[in-house]
Amino acid sequence: MYELIGVTKQYRRGQARVDALAGIDLTIAQGDRLVVQGPTGGGKSTLLQMLGGLDRPTAGSVLLDGTDLAKLSESRLTAVRGQYIGFVFQSFNLIPTLTAQENVETALVPLGVKAAERRRRAAEALESVGLGERLAHLPSELSGGQQQRVAIARALVKRPQVLLADEPTGNLDESTRDEIADLLEGLWKEHGLTFVMVTHDSALARRAPRLATLRKGRVTVTENPKAAAPTGA
Amino acid sequence: MFFTYLRRELRRRRKAALVVASGLALGIALVIVVTSVSAGMKQAQGKVLESLYGLGTDLTVTKAQERPAEGAQPARPRFEFQGGEDGEEQSGDRLMVQGFQTLADSTVATVAKQAGVGRAVGGLSLVNLKINGEFRRGQIQRGEGQSQGRPPGQGGTGGGPGDTVTGGGAAFDVDSFTLYGTDVTTPDLGPLTTSTVTEGRAFRTTETDAAVVVVDSAYAQQQDLAVGDELTVKGVTFEVIGIATADSGQSAAQVYLPLERAQTLSGSAGKVTTVYVEATDSTRIDAVKAAIQKNVPGTTVTTSADLAQTVSGSLDTAAGLASDVGRWLSYAVLLAAVLVAGLLTSSAVSRRVREFGTLKALGWKSGRVTRQVVGEALVHGVIGGALGIAVGLAGAYAVTAVSPTLTAELGASAGGFAGRGGGVVLGGPGGAGGPGAARTAAGRSVDIALTAPVSLTTVGLAVLLALAGGLVAGAFGAWRASRLRPADALRRVE
Ligand SMILES: Nc1ncnc2c1ncn2[C@@H]1O[C@H](COP(=O)(O)OP(=O)(O)OP(=O)(O)O)[C@@H](O)[C@H]1O
Ligand SMILES: [Mg+2]
Repeated sequence: MYELIGVTKQYRRGQARVDALAGIDLTIAQGDRLVVQGPTGGGKSTLLQMLGGLDRPTAGSVLLDGTDLAKLSESRLTAVRGQYIGFVFQSFNLIPTLTAQENVETALVPLGVKAAERRRRAAEALESVGLGERLAHLPSELSGGQQQRVAIARALVKRPQVLLADEPTGNLDESTRDEIADLLEGLWKEHGLTFVMVTHDSALARRAPRLATLRKGRVTVTENPKAAAPTGA
Repeated sequence: MFFTYLRRELRRRRKAALVVASGLALGIALVIVVTSVSAGMKQAQGKVLESLYGLGTDLTVTKAQERPAEGAQPARPRFEFQGGEDGEEQSGDRLMVQGFQTLADSTVATVAKQAGVGRAVGGLSLVNLKINGEFRRGQIQRGEGQSQGRPPGQGGTGGGPGDTVTGGGAAFDVDSFTLYGTDVTTPDLGPLTTSTVTEGRAFRTTETDAAVVVVDSAYAQQQDLAVGDELTVKGVTFEVIGIATADSGQSAAQVYLPLERAQTLSGSAGKVTTVYVEATDSTRIDAVKAAIQKNVPGTTVTTSADLAQTVSGSLDTAAGLASDVGRWLSYAVLLAAVLVAGLLTSSAVSRRVREFGTLKALGWKSGRVTRQVVGEALVHGVIGGALGIAVGLAGAYAVTAVSPTLTAELGASAGGFAGRGGGVVLGGPGGAGGPGAARTAAGRSVDIALTAPVSLTTVGLAVLLALAGGLVAGAFGAWRASRLRPADALRRVE
């Protein structure tokens, strides 16, 4: 699915230069579940941006099914994001003025889905994350866990091939964290997604079959065959 | 989604929308009020000019002012009184041509023949002065004469009927009224057209030399004249056949009589003071003016544009303020409002960096995000426009309701209009010191109630300004939004 070759990302701020990613080689197979860990500032979010086509590497290639995202035009990259990639963010990133259903619908807009079909699919997606009763609620009327469920529904409603999550449980309490983690795991299995999740939570990391650790822009991958079967499934 | 998103944003960020919109509204309301007040001033000026000219008159032709020789005595009414015994009453009656300048009758025909001239009609403006008074020998009261008499050179403007002049030991009552000899065969051109006969009847076209007069309603009331009454001018008895009311409240003369009568009565047979000209094409008045000036020598041609330049007083000042300061001020306010709206829109986008970044991360094209921002700004503009138009209309309506009174001083220095004002020069020696002064003094002041008519054009302009304001504000936001990176969606803090 993904093949990263010598991916480097440098940020410049005045004189200072930060090597967020310093030559990453990484392969992620289709249907794989990779958990990314590491100290703060290690480059985890930056890696996710590269995978999701949110930004381009300074050097190196990010091949998605053979297409180098680093070489795509902005509009092609936008199209790839709209079609293939679902994002879940730490702070949910819902549109505050739109209802849960409308928030989910925003993911279908770039695909040109008609309004009625959009509403139906959004309702369905919310149902599948257990929010069938909350379609007309605003984000401010939902709990953190519920908001993250809406965000997950938004990420999955377009049936993407890749799900990228940057600390999806980072803003949640412990019990909600487990709920969300279970939900994501279940959906990963159900949809046969390629799933990359950044987390600080070692409990979650232990459940991952493959673990990538980023430190100072360099990656180390560890296999964890014991955790290959998701728990709670 | 565009409209859903737009509707939701506007409804749930009502306050922000209202702030941007009311800024724009303020600017637009100001533009409407200033534009309509300035239109009202133009209208008022037009009314003032019309009261002099009459409807349909595009220009007037009068005798060119001759430069008086150095030290020459200006033409001025003269009364010969013998220094009689103390307290002996004396009186005199003079009918004079206003402005003391006349043209030959034939000029009317000559002017009518000029290219671009539709019709031309002559008229004779007269003023009747009646002085009653007595000399008081030894009655010279030092200082009092000074304080009661007008300062030299300032005497003319208000010299209305019934004035008392005290000075040099003499006390005189001056009774004067203005007359206008009108061409009864052409009733629809000339100064009388701005008056409506409200009692009795107008002149018949056959009454070219009849001893009949039409009296202005204000003068009729003052003199207690009614239809059927008699009026004596220079020993000739006239019958009052009608009372005319000036449409603008300002009449061209106090008494109207047939032109031929006026000519014989004043001893100026075959003379007119003014030729009133109607052009065939009112857009080519300047060409007509040039033609007359070239082909009819010794004349001064005055257009309403020329005349407008002689208007002074609070109306003129206010009109100047409205069209210069007011306009620039309102546009400056509008510009500031648009800029503020733009900055607010731009900062609103900054506050929504993560929101727009998220949409971009979800695959929304930059253009779609930008369209959303511009759409919101446009709606702000429309709301601002609607508010502004409402406030502006209310403001204009308030001005019309209050209708503040403005005074127009009509300097008659534009040549031909000399002397046709209601004022009469009554300067002592060294008073009105020459024809120029006399002419200026012969100007008059007209009170006009200011209105603020709002034209559709003004409202249309306001709508355009509102949309433009919204677009400009939107452009600020759009520029900001288009520079957002989708990676901004991952920013944790705002
Ligand atoms: N837009 C940017 N401009 C400049 N430097 C940046 C930018 N984004 C990230 N960096 C720097 O790159 C490095 C890696 O950042 P990154 O966000 O990928 O770390 P992270 O592993 O996600 O950390 P955290 O666990 O705190 O989220 C950090 O040193 C960070 O300061
Ligand atoms: Mg991070």
